[in-house]
Order: sequence, then C-alpha cells, then structure tokens
Amino acid sequence: MQIIESSQVYDVIIVGSGAGGGMATKILSEAGLKVAVVEAGPFFDPADPDQMTQLKWPYESPRRGASTTRPFGDFDTAYGGWDIEGEPYTKENGTDFKWFRSRMLGGRTNHWGRISLRFGPKDFKRKDHDGLGDNWPIGYEDVKPYYDKVDKLIGVFGTNEGLPNDPDGFFLPPPKPRLHELYYIKGARKSNVPVYPSRMSMLTKKINDERGVCFYCGQCSRACQVYADFSAGTCLIFPAQKNGGQIDLFVNCMVREVTTNEEGKATGVSYINKEDRKEYKLKGKVVVLAASACSSARILLNSKSKQHPNGLGNSSNVIGKYLHDSTGSNLMGFIPDLMNREAYNEDGVGGMHVYTPWWLENEKLDFPRGYHIEMWGGLGMPSYGFGFNPNALNKFFGLPVGGYGENLRKDVKKYYGSTIGMAGRGESIAQESNYCEIDNTKVDEYGIPVLKFNYEWTDHEIKQVKHMQDTFEEIIHNMGGQVIGQKAGKDTNYGILTPGEIIHEVGTTRMGGNKKTSVVNKYQQMHDVDNVFIVDAGPFVSQADKNPTWTILALAWRASDYIVEELKKQNI
Amino acid sequence: MDRRKSLKSILLGGVASGLAVHGCKPKAEAVAEEVAPVEKYIYGRTPKEKKRDQELFEEVFFNKHEKNTIAVLCDLILPASDDYGSATDAEVPDFIEFMVKDLPELQIPLRGGLMWLDHKSNLDYNVEFKSATEEQQKAILDTIAFPDPEIPEQEQPLEIQFFSTMRNLTVSGYYTSKMGIKELGYKGNMPNVWNGVPDEVLAKHDISYDEEWLAKCVDQSKRAIIAEWDDKGNLLT
Repeated sequence: MQIIESSQVYDVIIVGSGAGGGMATKILSEAGLKVAVVEAGPFFDPADPDQMTQLKWPYESPRRGASTTRPFGDFDTAYGGWDIEGEPYTKENGTDFKWFRSRMLGGRTNHWGRISLRFGPKDFKRKDHDGLGDNWPIGYEDVKPYYDKVDKLIGVFGTNEGLPNDPDGFFLPPPKPRLHELYYIKGARKSNVPVYPSRMSMLTKKINDERGVCFYCGQCSRACQVYADFSAGTCLIFPAQKNGGQIDLFVNCMVREVTTNEEGKATGVSYINKEDRKEYKLKGKVVVLAASACSSARILLNSKSKQHPNGLGNSSNVIGKYLHDSTGSNLMGFIPDLMNREAYNEDGVGGMHVYTPWWLENEKLDFPRGYHIEMWGGLGMPSYGFGFNPNALNKFFGLPVGGYGENLRKDVKKYYGSTIGMAGRGESIAQESNYCEIDNTKVDEYGIPVLKFNYEWTDHEIKQVKHMQDTFEEIIHNMGGQVIGQKAGKDTNYGILTPGEIIHEVGTTRMGGNKKTSVVNKYQQMHDVDNVFIVDAGPFVSQADKNPTWTILALAWRASDYIVEELKKQNI
Repeated sequence: MDRRKSLKSILLGGVASGLAVHGCKPKAEAVAEEVAPVEKYIYGRTPKEKKRDQELFEEVFFNKHEKNTIAVLCDLILPASDDYGSATDAEVPDFIEFMVKDLPELQIPLRGGLMWLDHKSNLDYNVEFKSATEEQQKAILDTIAFPDPEIPEQEQPLEIQFFSTMRNLTVSGYYTSKMGIKELGYKGNMPNVWNGVPDEVLAKHDISYDEEWLAKCVDQSKRAIIAEWDDKGNLLT
C-alpha cells in the first residue's frame, strides 16, 4: 500500500482541535497563514440537532442517561472516555493511570467543567517556595497579557478579589449562589475556609453578537447550542472560519507521526484516515502539536528517524516524563435542613456558583502545595441512578431503611435536594519517575504503537487528600449535616482518586531553558526541532491547584504570536 | 446420549410458557409494524451508539412470565394512588428489560431472583408469585425489602440483593419518566433566567444573601448589553 501524499504545502499543520489546537487555529489563521487542522474524531457542532443532547429529558434515552455508553452518561458530550474500543494503552505492573480522550472536534472542551482559573505568580515559581519540582522559565507577568486577552475573547464570570495567588481578571458578573451554596458559604466560613464566586467560562452577559447568553439550564457538560459556554469549536475554530481563515479541517484523521527530512526538521505529518483506513501524508512548514499531553508525547516518541533515534526532539530523553494529574478526592454529606425542599428551578449554570481557592500556608502543614474545593448539590434533573437506595438516609433518624409502596414515594420526595458533595482538586509534584512511554508490544487498531503508563502517587499527595477529607467532614458538620458513607481512611489512602481520573494530565513535554532537562523552550518550540511547537498541556512544568485549560489557552496564544513573528522574520 | 440435544430439550422444557428459542438473540417480532424503538429515541447518538441501541432493542431477554412477574413486583413497589400513576403506567418494566441488556451483569441476579420469588411463593402458598394474593405477595416482600443498613449490599442474602436491585430500577425508572419527574417537582431543563433563591425559600431556611456578595452578581436586566471593562478589569456596562 502506498502512502497517499498531498501536494499542498500548508504554512502550519495543527494536530488536535481542543483548547490549544483551537487557539492556535484562530490566531494563526487570522494572521493569514494557511492552516490544516487534523482531528482524530468527527466534526462536532452543539447546534447540530443530530448531535445535540442539551435540553433532552432523561426518558429520551432508553437507559435514562446511564453511563454504559458514555463515561459521564448518555447526555455528556465526550465521544470517548478512559477506555476507547480499538485504542488501548497499558500500565506498568503495580501502577495505575487512567487516560481520558475525547475524539471529536473541540476535544474535551465540549464537556469540561468550564472552571477557568489563572495560575498565580507563585504557581510558576513553586521551587523557590518549597524546593520541590522545578520553576517555569516564565513567570506570571509573561502570561498575564494573554490571560487578559483570553478573558475578553472567550468570556469568564468571576470577581476581582485582589487575592495574591488567584489573580484578578476581566470578569463577567457571576450568578447568585443557590440555596445549598449559601449553606456551604456559612459552613465553610465557620472553619475560616473562604468562599468566593466561582470563575467559569459561561456568558452571564453578552460579549459579542456571535454568541448567545447563558439561559441557565445547568447543562454545560452537554455543550451549548447557543454557544454560551466555551468550547474550542464554537468559540475559536468556527469564528476563525467565519473570519475568512484559510483552514482545512481533517476530521476522523489520527496522526501517526511527524515526518522529517535529512536535516531532522519537520516536513509535516502522516495520519490514518479512520474512514478508509489508509495512511496519508500532509506537508507543512511548521507543525503544532495540540493532541493532549499524552497524545503529543506519543506522536513524538513514535516519530523516530536517523536524526531523532529516541523520538522527535527527544535528545533529552525527557518526553513522557514528569506526567502529572491533579490530586482529587470527594465526600458527600446529608443536610437535614435541606429536606422537604420547595420546588423551583435552580439549574443555574452547569456546575458550581461558588468555590474555595487554596487558602492556607504550607509552613504549618505536613504536605506541599494546595487544593481548591468544588461543591455541588441541589434540585437537579433526575437521571439513571436517581432513587437508588431511596431512603438510605432514614438510618440517620433510626427509621427503617427499605420497604415499598407509598412510603418510598414520600421518602424520595423528602430527601430530594438534601445531599451535597465536595471535591478537592489539588497540585501534585511532578516526578521524573511518573511517565508514559511507547509499549512496543501493542498496537492500536490503526497500527500505531500504544502508550504504557507508569504512575504512582507519593506521600505528598496522600497527605494532601487526607487534609481534604478532614476539611470536608468539618464543613459538613458545620452545615448541620452528616457524612454519607464514610470519610476515607488510611486503608484507602484517604480516597485519593487514580491518576488521570481528574483529567488534568500535564507535563510530558515540559518547558525549560536547558535542553538537557526539558523538551521545549519558553515559547513552546522544541529545543531540537525549531519548526515543531507544542501547545497542549505537555509543556507545563507544574500544574498548580488550578484547572489547566485557561493556561493552555493563554500559552497557546502566546506561542502562536511567536510563530507568526518567527515566520515573518524567516527564522523557521 | 447426545448431550447438546438433551440440554436443548431441557432448555425448551424450562420455558414452557411458550417462547421458542431462536438462538441467543431472538428478534422482537411484535414491534415490526410500529416505528422501530430506536427511532423513537432521538438524543444525539453517534452512528456507532445508535447501532448499539438498535442491537439492544432487537434482543429479548425476559420471557412473558418473567415480564408479568416484573410488572406485578414493580407495582407493589410503586402502586398507583389517587394522585399518582403506577410503575407500569410509567412503563418501568420496558425500561428494566432494556437495562438488563445494557448492563448484562444484572441478568443472572434478576432472572434468578424472579425464580426465587416463585419458589418462595410456591413453597408458602402453592401458587406462583404473580398469581398470589396481594396479601401473600406483601408477606413475602416483607421478608426481603428491609436490608440491614449496617451490612454492605454485596454481603446481603441474595433475595435481599434481588429486591434492592428491583427497587432501585423501579424507583429510578419511574422518577426519570415524564410522570415521575412531574411528581418529583423538578422544574428545570428549560431556558430561564436564574436570579437567586426565592425570598420565601430564604425566609423558610432563615438564611440570607450577604449584601456585599450580591452587589458583585449579575444584573439580569443588563445581560443583553455587551460587556466592556476599564483597564483594571472593572465592568463598565
């Protein structure tokens, strides 16, 4: 079989269409460059009735939204998950990592929580504070102008609070808290845990004439048909196309490797078209990888040549190393004061209206770094699983659990809306010994060698989640409530979730000034190959107790500006 | 003796109520003249997902006797009353039939549990569960419907686990139906403008918004005005 080669030479080939790829597409195409975007999944538009799940009722799915087909349920907008048929990955014995992939235009931005937090000044220089990990080669002042531009371009609600490590921005006004959130504010403050309006990328107010304003259905995880929340397709790629950008979208195309010439420079990419299962080549002057931290590492490690025997741009042998995800643990509580609720529509925006950023100083604690607290509850739309063990909470009152008939009905309605949940999402320390590599013994169904993961939490992370569990319990008690189930103990490492489960994996192609210990420079350009850039979360040196998307967007914009400048100067 | 043949005759004998065995995935013939079930469910499926739904709809798991027993059991769990419909009014048995194909690990516990019910009913009253009197049915349920909350579910006796699973599926199926959602009082899933907790609810819970917080929140009368900021990030519009 021949590899089918296109004669077209693109200025830039962008691999992946999520946050980083979407931003690169917008900035590079609007600079007049001819761009190819190669996406492993299908085209997706949340306004397309054939793809839409927003405003569907549970009974519109025969399984009432159960998670047998999609990992977060039928109505969630992620085509993919931790396990994708035909696209396996492996793990080193005794270690664990779960790798979430969304195969669709816009990638994981279609379903994400939209929690949009800037990194603060300390987050770029953590080694200076605790001696662990490494500093970034850039600081907050380098990224701030881009965070500002991202806020204005995409829209994020929140408030300027003047916090030292949770910087102010250009915010839309936040929605008012819901009832359970008022209880949380009261309960948290009792323990001196501060609470602020959350910072999320939904439009509570108009930002332009192209996108709609939030209509408070609480379903951002289903992707918004009026484009009132951020996803890379609706807010970056579609507008770039409308603005006349020269963009060729290649969907259902899975990139295998970056191709190179005799000098070791990139010449383009080769990919498998999933529809005809044949291999193709695209030519480009610059290749921008935005396939996600682990996918980009995989592509590079699979791009071996005489000039790059360990994989493209891997003379440091650092590609794949320093993989790290957020720490996470959850706890649920029952709040008797929230029983027998009056019915009203409190869907609000998708997710939380309030949150707690990290609030303590580590000097007094037995673990480094911190976490933020997310919380949920309320009179939500029922779906599969609603009403399981409908009166288990009776045990708090010494009443019989179980039964049938009229009592069940009363119990279901009595307890509806009376439970809350809390989740901590924290910063782990990047470790050289946590990595992904190529498993030469396994291929996916496209013939591409797969990734093998090797990841273990350290004591730092386990002590951090213990602190989360203790804090959550205290707040639940302050709310007049009881913990549901049991607070996680030492036997389960305090309920720390498996690496990868929080879907904040970063660090596999980290940036730095030294080409022996890092993969890309401070503009996300590969040290070894000057016409390859990485604009997903691979270049993150450390991950902060923030969600990575807003930083991916800001850095992708910054790297794209640099690419345009360098092309103008004919440096690449 | 031909072992396979004898197994087949045992199997056929076992489903005496009439469902012929057409291999492992018998087709549902009754639905042929109506719209195919998969076409009734329009919820943004990918082609592959739609194909899977189609395959599940074409499969039949429970036989007629099992389905009838499930209907009787569901309506004991959520009976009709003056105000509300029953589980079967909300088509819960069809939902359960779909779920056991979607989650095959439910199949043996539910099928075996239904057998247990008939066994128990035959033993105590010399009649199958579905044909027993309501009083007799309830007497049986009273022995399996109240799990000890201190014992983990998977360590409970099989018949208690069976009932818990049936109750979970019935309650979930009912309260995710149109009728159940109405009864529950869920008011959302429609475009609206959230403007805070109603005053009477705040009063009832003796809780209030803090003025300083409220001042930062969105003024919904200005939501359609395009946002503009000064250089410091103060919203001007």
